[in-house]
Amino acid sequence: MAVTRHADAVAPVRSSGVLSIWWMSHASNAVGALGRLARQPFSSLMIILVIAVTLALPAAINLLVKNARAVSGSWDNALDFAVFLKQDTTIEEARSLGFLIGQRADVETVQFISADEALVEFKRQSGFGEALDQLPENPLPHTLVVRPGPGNTSASLVLLQEEIGNLPETDHVQVDTEWVQRFHAILDIVRQAIAIGAVLLAIAIVVIIGNTIRLDIENRRDEIEVTKLIGATNAFVRRPFLWAGFWYGLFGGLMALALVYYGLYMLSGPVARLAGLYQSNIAVASLDLVETGAIVGTGIFLGLVGSWVTAARHMRRIEPK
Amino acid sequence: MIQLENVTKRYPGGQEALSGLDLVVDKGEMVFVTGHSGAGKSTLLRLIALIERPTSGQVIVDQQNTRRVKRRKIPAYRRQIGMVFQDHKLLYDRRVFDNVALPLIIAGVSRRDAGRRVRAALDQVGLLHKEKQNPETLSAGEQQRVGIARAIVTRPKLLIADEPTGNLDPDLSLEVMRIFRRFNEVGVTLLIASHDISLIDRLGCRRIELEDGRLQQEADPWL
Repeated sequence: MAVTRHADAVAPVRSSGVLSIWWMSHASNAVGALGRLARQPFSSLMIILVIAVTLALPAAINLLVKNARAVSGSWDNALDFAVFLKQDTTIEEARSLGFLIGQRADVETVQFISADEALVEFKRQSGFGEALDQLPENPLPHTLVVRPGPGNTSASLVLLQEEIGNLPETDHVQVDTEWVQRFHAILDIVRQAIAIGAVLLAIAIVVIIGNTIRLDIENRRDEIEVTKLIGATNAFVRRPFLWAGFWYGLFGGLMALALVYYGLYMLSGPVARLAGLYQSNIAVASLDLVETGAIVGTGIFLGLVGSWVTAARHMRRIEPK
Repeated sequence: MIQLENVTKRYPGGQEALSGLDLVVDKGEMVFVTGHSGAGKSTLLRLIALIERPTSGQVIVDQQNTRRVKRRKIPAYRRQIGMVFQDHKLLYDRRVFDNVALPLIIAGVSRRDAGRRVRAALDQVGLLHKEKQNPETLSAGEQQRVGIARAIVTRPKLLIADEPTGNLDPDLSLEVMRIFRRFNEVGVTLLIASHDISLIDRLGCRRIELEDGRLQQEADPWL
């Protein structure tokens, strides 16, 4: 048995290698924490699933709002409006005006409804039938139903409506967009509600991860005590727990993505059917790169916050006895 | 190396573990502390390791007054001292090698240097061939030797041991003491709490006896 000199203390760490040693230590901690998660696959999976559901919920509702907005936005710009002409406009004038408007680049089609047609339709739908026959003359004007072209923005749409409204033959332009605006207001409320709910859910994730890390710390109490006894700093003993929080957050975020994509996949069939019924090409908008990053990033961030808060609190408490 | 001046340690219950203790251990000495359980042996070692702080008096270790070591600096302070425990305090979720390497990893020694030092330390306690085993598979004596290897792997100037042979039979105890002796021969200062008086007398080292927290007698075989 060779006996070497003991009298010199640990050689100071050379500065050139400090960073790589620091990285090595982190890497081994990261792998170690991952291994610990893998050794209890069931409980780890449960926690990851809880985090995933908590993250996926606001993400999914957000996506729903985004899609609803996209769909209603297309309604907004392609909404028909009715142009009621003045009573003294003749049917020929009305017809040629309709043709002229139909020539405009920002108009897709113009449907002409003559006063007589309108009255027949009204009789049929209103149920007043015979009573209307008593009127001395047809009170209804000729009407043009204008369908704006798809290239319109909401601003150009207002302009179009104004221009048509200013024509000498026009009595009144009726735009029925109020319900779209109401719908948008509702979407804004929903969006606001998600923001509030998301904060609460974020707190829930921090608590879940914090509690998991706390149990982990209790289980490894002896180990922490021994490590501190031989000179480990709080930062050193905290490191594996921070990594555990990181992994929980990362996997929770990825699992949340999987849940959202699964939901989109399940919805793609019915949406395609609906689109078929409307003969439109509605496609469900998916998560973009920023949103994808935000879900995973939020998971990691909350994982780190949860483990940091817990570890910082408990590491001070656990001292060798 | 160790200097205690009028050190008193009183616990919250009012019980006094050490009462006005004065003690000097010189550099390169190997000193045994004996006494009944409750005489203050463990408390003495705990004050030196800064697990506890004295109620009054000074504890000076390697020219550092422990009173001035701030809480944040305790880890760095402890890294200068090798510690051996009666119950080994090994980590059973990792191999012998990793147990011994732990103080080096804490100190930020590179993996390559650590490997070399760990093998040297294991070689000194005669367990080089068991580096890949789990400590649980080792005998009590071997586990204690792993604990010693861990204590000396950072090459501390001071090694303190609390009843290191408390759970070992006489042959293994002697083996452990011989290992300590060899460290002492290369300049390490050792302070060992033990109640195994016959064994201590065979080694012929300085022995101090504590009773009720006071120095009872200095039995120096060379006097």
